[in-house]
Amino acid sequence: MGLAFDIAHMLAGGLVLVSFMMIYQDRLPALINTFTLQAILLSASVAWQANLQSAPELYVTAMIALLFKGMIIPISLRRMIVRLGIHREIENVVGIGVTMLFGMGLVALSMVVMLRVTAMADPLAREDLAFALSVILLGLLMMVTRRNAVGQVIGFMSLENGLILAATGAKGMPLVVEISVAFSVLIAFIVIGIFLFRIRERFDTVDVRALDRFRGDRR
Amino acid sequence: MSAIRDLAVQGMQMALVLLLAPLLTGFVRKVKARLLRRQGPPLIQPYRDLLRLLHKEAVVAVNASWLFRAVPYLVFAATWVAAALVPTFATGLLFSWSADLIAIVALLGSARFFLALAGMDIGTSFGGIGSSREAMIASLAEPAMMMVIFSLALIAGSTQLSAIAAYMLSLQEGLRVTLGLALIALVMVAIAENARIPVDNPATHLELTMVHEAMVLEYSGRHLALIELAASLKLLLYVSLIGCLFVPWGLAPVEGTVPDYIFGILAYAAKLFAGGLALGIFEISIAKMRVFRVPAFLGAALMLGLLGALLRFVSGSF
Repeated sequence: MGLAFDIAHMLAGGLVLVSFMMIYQDRLPALINTFTLQAILLSASVAWQANLQSAPELYVTAMIALLFKGMIIPISLRRMIVRLGIHREIENVVGIGVTMLFGMGLVALSMVVMLRVTAMADPLAREDLAFALSVILLGLLMMVTRRNAVGQVIGFMSLENGLILAATGAKGMPLVVEISVAFSVLIAFIVIGIFLFRIRERFDTVDVRALDRFRGDRR
Repeated sequence: MSAIRDLAVQGMQMALVLLLAPLLTGFVRKVKARLLRRQGPPLIQPYRDLLRLLHKEAVVAVNASWLFRAVPYLVFAATWVAAALVPTFATGLLFSWSADLIAIVALLGSARFFLALAGMDIGTSFGGIGSSREAMIASLAEPAMMMVIFSLALIAGSTQLSAIAAYMLSLQEGLRVTLGLALIALVMVAIAENARIPVDNPATHLELTMVHEAMVLEYSGRHLALIELAASLKLLLYVSLIGCLFVPWGLAPVEGTVPDYIFGILAYAAKLFAGGLALGIFEISIAKMRVFRVPAFLGAALMLGLLGALLRFVSGSF
């Protein structure tokens, strides 16, 4: 316990808090800034875990998180929304209050589930897993409630932040897996970026409601 | 002997908050002006304003009822008593055992209730719109405040401010997510309650956006002076409350000696300085939001408070 535990707890809790901030933001540039903040917090959290577990390979994970998610992805996302001309658009979400209420339900759910399941584990890993599940569920919630494709991409990326948090909390995720996850996220990001431009070319918008007509289940 | 000392500390606290409140308001204005590269009014300008208002004649509308005359005194008295209950530089105030955090919220709530009534008393449209907006903000800010209090009470096991501050000082708890959530929610509530910038602009008389100023538009002379002083006291109260709950270092202990009290006052001045500086910087870096966006802002504060209480409740370890 003690201060080391407290700092790990604060950083992991901060990730959940930033997830809530992302749900609250309805402007895309602000959303990207918040995502950057989450990536920086994540890398700090991973670096602290590396220090606690004396596992130097986790420092590499922290560097990857900081470099890819804290710098490359936000910068290219920002350039993307400027090129798409949607950086001033305000997104009409389902309703911030309702979404946040759902988010709280999800956090409560992940607390109850994780704390029951991992009753025997080390308290640090327990809390990390509970917070990581919250971040993952909140990322999923964001993907569900956003209509703008860029918002959904950011939801996906924040979901992956939760995965990394879970992986570092449970000691012993190999570095190979870590690096391949990071690269697959980067590749997913590139593919999604290409898709975004294709969708825009085709429908003149990145609002995914435009795709509903092509689902086939509508008469 | 100890009763006399407690009484002296309490009296000093009441005089101190009353004297410092306009200074804090002036300081925030000065910080904002300097950051905007203006000279700004001198720090003692709020005192001069109050003095000028006290010397002026109080003009009262013809159809004003007795309530309109009584409200400034009621509002001022309730706010001053509430401010007297928050440990600013010393715990162990004489009155602090008679009322807890919930009583402070109740006092501020009744002050707001009377002010809203007075806004509607004359029957002008501005007063009415100000009162209705104030009621909308209050209906969200007060539950959020209660949630913050519940989180803190769950952690410290008490709603007494002195007991909470003593518990925080003992460092049994360490850094907790619940505390962080409670702090953010409390800051959001404080911004809304004091009509600061993202919610309301304290420096404007633009009809479409004003909330607090619209309610007090009909007041003049000594009545207005009391209401302005009460508003400054409320700002001071919230800054002191945040200082007492989250940075209680420097508070003089219950059985304090004279050096303890002097150190407590210095620490309190430092906290007020930091709070005023932070508020000024925050206010110039953000734009005022639309009135209909305020429920989302305060709803977020409510959610954060609720989340903090929930985390604490689901598992004792958070």
